[in-house]
Amino acid sequence: MESARDLVGFALERARAAGAFQAEASLYAGEAFETRVRTREIDFVKQSREQGLSVRVFCGGRGGLSSAGTRTSDLSRDTIARTAADAVALARATVPDVCAGLPDGGFASEIPELELFDPGDRPFDPGSRIAAARAMESAAHAVDSRIGDSEGSQASSSFGEITYGNSAGFLAGYGSAHHAIVAESLARGDSGMQRDAWYSSARRWAGLEPADAVGRRAAERALRRLGARRVPTCEVPVIFDPVTAPGLLRMLAGCASGYAIYRGTSFLAGKLGLKIASSAVTIVDDPHLRGGLGSKPFDGEGLPTRRNVLVERGRLASYVLDTYSARKLGLQSTGNGVRGGGASTTNLWLEPGKKSPAEILTSTPRGLYVTELIGQGFNPVTGDYSRGAAGMWIENGELAYPVEEITIAGNLAQMLCDIDAIGNDLLWLGATAAPTVRISRMTVAGE
Amino acid sequence: MGEPDGRALTAPVFRERFGIDPRALDSAFSHALERPLDYADLFFEYTTRDAVSLEEGIVKSGSRAVDQGVGVRAQSGERQGYAHSDEITIESLKLAAGAARAIAEGSSKTRKVALRAARRPALDLYPLAQAPTDVPIDTKVRLLQEIDAYARGRDPRIAQVMASLSCEERQLMIAASDGTWVTDVQPLVILRVQVIAQQGARRETGSQGAGGRYSLEQLLDPAAWRSQVDEAVRLALTNLESVSCPAGTMDVVLGPGWPGILLHEAVGHGLEGDFNRKKTSAFADRIGQRVAAPGVTVIDDGTIASRRGSLNVDDEGTPTGRTVLIEDGVLVGYMQDRLNARLMGMKPTGNGRRESYQHLPMPRMTNTFMLAGEDDPEEILRSVKNGLYAVSFSGGQVDITSGKFVFSASEAYRIEDGKLGAPVKGATLIGNGPDVLQRVTRIGSDLKLDPGVGTCGKDGQGVPVGVGQPTLRIDGITVGGTEG
Repeated sequence: MESARDLVGFALERARAAGAFQAEASLYAGEAFETRVRTREIDFVKQSREQGLSVRVFCGGRGGLSSAGTRTSDLSRDTIARTAADAVALARATVPDVCAGLPDGGFASEIPELELFDPGDRPFDPGSRIAAARAMESAAHAVDSRIGDSEGSQASSSFGEITYGNSAGFLAGYGSAHHAIVAESLARGDSGMQRDAWYSSARRWAGLEPADAVGRRAAERALRRLGARRVPTCEVPVIFDPVTAPGLLRMLAGCASGYAIYRGTSFLAGKLGLKIASSAVTIVDDPHLRGGLGSKPFDGEGLPTRRNVLVERGRLASYVLDTYSARKLGLQSTGNGVRGGGASTTNLWLEPGKKSPAEILTSTPRGLYVTELIGQGFNPVTGDYSRGAAGMWIENGELAYPVEEITIAGNLAQMLCDIDAIGNDLLWLGATAAPTVRISRMTVAGE
Repeated sequence: MGEPDGRALTAPVFRERFGIDPRALDSAFSHALERPLDYADLFFEYTTRDAVSLEEGIVKSGSRAVDQGVGVRAQSGERQGYAHSDEITIESLKLAAGAARAIAEGSSKTRKVALRAARRPALDLYPLAQAPTDVPIDTKVRLLQEIDAYARGRDPRIAQVMASLSCEERQLMIAASDGTWVTDVQPLVILRVQVIAQQGARRETGSQGAGGRYSLEQLLDPAAWRSQVDEAVRLALTNLESVSCPAGTMDVVLGPGWPGILLHEAVGHGLEGDFNRKKTSAFADRIGQRVAAPGVTVIDDGTIASRRGSLNVDDEGTPTGRTVLIEDGVLVGYMQDRLNARLMGMKPTGNGRRESYQHLPMPRMTNTFMLAGEDDPEEILRSVKNGLYAVSFSGGQVDITSGKFVFSASEAYRIEDGKLGAPVKGATLIGNGPDVLQRVTRIGSDLKLDPGVGTCGKDGQGVPVGVGQPTLRIDGITVGGTEG
């Protein structure tokens, strides 16, 4: 294959030759390995190579620029030329927009080294991945005789290189890897079956939690759900564990996206600078964590990434912006641009508090400890929130028994203000992380 | 390539553009089958997609993408090896075949491959004169602009209109070691409309989609898209009046059509072959048992013309069919792909589907629905003293093993003394799959399929599906609102 930089340069040149006023192009090339072990046997092994080139163009028009994007996984020069020309033809059919276009400048001049892969991990060794999947399954089985055969345990590794360039002269690239091990466990009891899972993911294979520990944790989580029952409908404090709490942050970040704000499809529209959460709440987005699962040396538009505080002691301190949404709102990009358009967070977390999760529990006489949420019951326009939940019922400050087939409901705007305890147990399971969080009052629907 | 039935072969792209002819296939199979295997297949895909979207009164952007590639699979016992590449060349095919073989090695018997003549599927559910992706972009841009003007003219409270039109043409060629060699061309269109209504400080949203495997002309018909926009506007305005939803266990009436997502989540996934072979489903080993009230018959049918969930053949080349899952309340069938059918000693049902050449096939649903009963829908509403009438839903999810499922209402009303009361804010309904259909007490005569908007996710793979049902009364289901 020709060098990625040459092909990106060629795509930009063809876009300009076809009449684009500005253009950007990105090329992705990667490889992946994935395996699943079930009943001590390999269930599947999957290997792949992937590649793709995306082009976005901006064409001059009355009162602004019109834009369009195209993509191809065929990297021959004639296909790339056609893909670039197609983008220009598409853009000419769309309507010019005064806010569209590349950033005015300020592109990243230094590319920070963020340790997003370990060169020693490639080529991916299938044997160690299969061994990790086996180890998770046997560790889970060893926990208790009630642990039966599940859907299986998986291990995966992927590596990719992204090269991004634009007609303003920016051209840079970086490689990143993602490794994960996932154990799924199934427990069989007198009252039926329960499943649960645990996982670990990292930029380096050596950075993963030990496979047997992940397997045991999955088994323990499945076992504690056996015999789950419903509870009567009530209003109680609800504690989100570090697995479910990041979901609240993801909803908040989606509503803080510049796109949701200017479209008016967010309950946070117009709230910049105002108090939107309990003063215990500080939420930070930092793209420069070494080895972070959301780390990025530059954003999808070639702008430098930077640490942003989204919520500072309860006050909405920043939206999540790329160039386009920032222009719509009369603000500056926060370096959160996504390739091809859009804005999203990088490594996002809720600052931990001082209390241990045990202290939060003992100070909750009666309530719900949530370990799993299902369904998409969230309306970003109004903040209305209603989701299926499973977890443990709290009696006298202790986890008393497992519960399921219940829902929790509220409104995110109110829930953020009702956060009355934040744990010291920040846990990174993905690019968004949170410690244990307690909301003083939500409606639990059950019997 | 032969043309045994006299119709021109579809998807010539693989031969004409990539040089994949019978000799290339033979060579790939001889690589894959050098050592003993139970089964091997090659899946070629060339998919073209385009999309335009509108907001703030203008079509700001358009996109077009071509995804091409090949996946090679080898099976030995329960073990599967899979390799895929974005390059469709004879060399990449051999490499992938070698990788797939190496990882599925076992003690099975080798089989000599004798490909039958390439053929079109017997079914022809979506014949089109013009691929939707070949319709000029200007036509698509114009449609969205007309929709914007129309929606804003419906009511002064409409503050924002967002619309998008997506078109797809998926060309497939599937060849397998049992001699299967089939091609298909699958069109898909979808039009989505979302509006925001504002009254004072209150903002609410309403959305409506429509689509299927049919020509773009059908979506361009003003009568069709106007009623779709009317529905989105009506929903947003209704939501402006909505009050908090009650919480707790109550009797619920589900409207016809899209609320069939209940069947998809509550029983559909649990009846997919893989979960039952592995006995991780709450429905495992329950064939022949009562899992629903008398009168409840649930079917998965991939052969309904032009539907979003329909296919001439599944992604393993098996013709789709009509599979009865629950008959008069009794569990009678599972949905199968080839692997799970072989391991369970059952027949493939044409439910082996995959998102793309980058994925292994799995048993998946097509169009899943409940047959009509005899009750008058209005009478069903009147039969409920106090409860909830849920008409429209935004999505759902299920835990296969515990059987617990949820689905979220985007339009619902209180029922008070058998009459429709105030609209309520989005509520989540939660229940237990093997139990919920036993609580069905009335089945309406008004079976309706959804408008063609469903996408089902499983193991990270999304595939288009359809659902449907008549008006249903279900007693004692938990509604997750905020009003205790």
